[in-house]
Amino acid sequence: MSDTSTVNSQGQLLTNDGVPLKESLRKSLRRTKIRSFLLILVPLLFILILFVTPIGSLLSRSIDDTSINKVFPRTFAQYEIWADKSTLPSEEMFAAVVSDIRNTHKLPDGDGKVLLGRSGTRMTYEFSGWRSLLLKTVKSATKVDKKSKEEIKPYIWQAPYKEKMIKRDKRWGKLEFWQSLGAMKDPYTMGYYLNAVDLKYDANKNVIQKKEYLRIYKTIWMRTLQVSLIVTLACLFLAYPVAYLLATLPMRTSNLLMICVLMPFWTSLLVRIVAWMIMLQQNGVVNDTLIMILPCFEGTLNLPFIGETFIDLCFGEEDRLPMMYNFTGTIIVMTQVLLPFMILPIYSVMKGIPPSYMRAAQNLGATPTWAFIRVYMPQSVPGIGAGCILVFIVAIGYYITPELVGGKDGLMIGNFAAREMQRTLNWGLGAAIGAILLAAVLILYWVYDRLVGLDNLKMG
Amino acid sequence: MKFPSYTTPRQKLWHYFYRTFCGLVLFFLVAPLIVVLPLSFSTYPFLQFVPEMQFFSFETMSFNFDGYGTRWYKELFGICDETTGATTVCTNRWMIGIKNSLILAVFTTIFASILGTLAALGLSNRHMPFNRAIMALMISPMIVPLIITASGMFFFFAKLNLVGTMTGLVIAHTILGIPFVVITVTASLSGFDNNLLRAASSLGGSPIRNFFKIQAPLIAPGVIAGGLFAFITSFDEVVIVLFVGGPDQYTLPRQMWSGIRNEISPTILAAATILVIFSIVLLGTLEMLRRRSERIRGVTPS
Repeated sequence: MSDTSTVNSQGQLLTNDGVPLKESLRKSLRRTKIRSFLLILVPLLFILILFVTPIGSLLSRSIDDTSINKVFPRTFAQYEIWADKSTLPSEEMFAAVVSDIRNTHKLPDGDGKVLLGRSGTRMTYEFSGWRSLLLKTVKSATKVDKKSKEEIKPYIWQAPYKEKMIKRDKRWGKLEFWQSLGAMKDPYTMGYYLNAVDLKYDANKNVIQKKEYLRIYKTIWMRTLQVSLIVTLACLFLAYPVAYLLATLPMRTSNLLMICVLMPFWTSLLVRIVAWMIMLQQNGVVNDTLIMILPCFEGTLNLPFIGETFIDLCFGEEDRLPMMYNFTGTIIVMTQVLLPFMILPIYSVMKGIPPSYMRAAQNLGATPTWAFIRVYMPQSVPGIGAGCILVFIVAIGYYITPELVGGKDGLMIGNFAAREMQRTLNWGLGAAIGAILLAAVLILYWVYDRLVGLDNLKMG
Repeated sequence: MKFPSYTTPRQKLWHYFYRTFCGLVLFFLVAPLIVVLPLSFSTYPFLQFVPEMQFFSFETMSFNFDGYGTRWYKELFGICDETTGATTVCTNRWMIGIKNSLILAVFTTIFASILGTLAALGLSNRHMPFNRAIMALMISPMIVPLIITASGMFFFFAKLNLVGTMTGLVIAHTILGIPFVVITVTASLSGFDNNLLRAASSLGGSPIRNFFKIQAPLIAPGVIAGGLFAFITSFDEVVIVLFVGGPDQYTLPRQMWSGIRNEISPTILAAATILVIFSIVLLGTLEMLRRRSERIRGVTPS
């Protein structure tokens, strides 16, 4: 092959086929891109459809307020033209409520329940009493024949409704109920989010604090942060020396010790929780051991200056520490569970620090402590950052451990989200809590990606 | 321990203090797992050490193992023995749980390994647009709090009639398992020399043949390690099972969950012991794989 045949008239390099080399390279690059894309396509769609969509639709529940609008379109239209909001609305508004109820009381919602009932529940979150009021009114507005179970038509209740409704239930005569409609008329609401941080709307849609005895979530959010921070710091305090030991010992010994770190990492979480129950309960191993090894001295001593004093230096049966089903239990168990997540990243960073640096520093006159602080520690910071973010991310969304060992004062926000989802069935509130939690986690995840890079995520 | 001659007493003291501290931390990590073992062989229906379980008496200087037996293992495996006066109801729920968990974990491992490997292979191309974002997305199931994933899937699967089915659980667990496979396979691909594939092509191999003959054996340790992670994740997962699973999907972790919450009996300790042994076996397998992959890649194990 001569030089002339590989260069064309414009001086571009050519391949054997006579195509410009650049073109050919671009083509092959495009081909590998397409191949990679096809490889990713199936897993990507799998995750998008079955993971991202469910979470997205869950989160949409946290602002969704359309159910009320579907049930009460006329009422809200009337609300818009209700001029003086400090007096009871006119007869048209009452009539609108009745006609809305008659039109929509049988509509199903998406989850197999009656839409009106769900709206009533939703309205009760905003102002308590709505649900029972609506259900009562539905009965009167749509009388059902006892035998045929059919609605009696024409309806027994006829206009004007105002008097009848107030007579049926005094609450229809209360201004607060009518005013509270203002917070519900938009198809989207921030109400659940406000609720999740102990705020609410008043009648004029201003954001105000909830009543003192109704505030629960602020404490829980604070506790979640507190637990995550304590656990992260405790893990760091325990993990750093161990990681250093593992990184500096000869390979054979450190591999052996590494098993101690990896074993709990590989063992079922539930097994570890059971194990901790045995250790920490009132009659548990830790308390038994404390009683056995702590000195027990009880009696009177003749002390200098003070004279005869009764001293009780006894760790006896009655001193058994409560360490399970409370805050302490959550902290201890979570620290043990998350410790490997801290040791492993710090260890892998320390592995890459050449030991000669420390020697060089000491050679130049630094004391071992000083050399460690000035030379070694700054180089291990990436590992510390990675470990701390990882532990914090995992800790903040913890559910299983607090649920099983947290008792009352060890519960975290994840447990309350689950409670709303499963027991009180206030899905909107559960979703709002979840959304706030998710936002926090995703921000930290993004920081982690920037600082450490996801490709450096290692396990074991 | 031999110190160099110039070590000061303070340094020696510090050294011992440091070693003790590390020893205590490592003890803190493994102690709970060790405690489970003897207690699972107790014959008493308590989750604590009773005085009768003291197997060595200092007064008579003799061993006595009367407090120990395999009662709870029998109960775990559904072998009932009425003569021991069992306080708990004899059921085969544990065996059903183990069986369900194994089925679930095996299917999860298969699907997660396939999907995760495909994703990692695609993502290994540096010229792929949105490489980083897609990587973050594929790993996110590991990061998103389980409770959010579980409730989201519950509502979504309810619409698709997948709640209370094994299919639903396999899908959910596969999603949880994918990140592990992606991470481990990406790691093993990072040491992969693309020239090997080019050489194979120039020798006339088809892309598929090249993949199975050249690339697959080299990334196999990564795939298997990721698969093991997926397996153990699925085998140990309880939150999604509680939300998405029905009464027919009674898995081992779910049985343990209700065991911890309601009827605490040492059967759970027997199960725990078996799981600990199981995890040691898995850990050993993983370590072997790591050594093997280092050997293949030519990294000398020091």
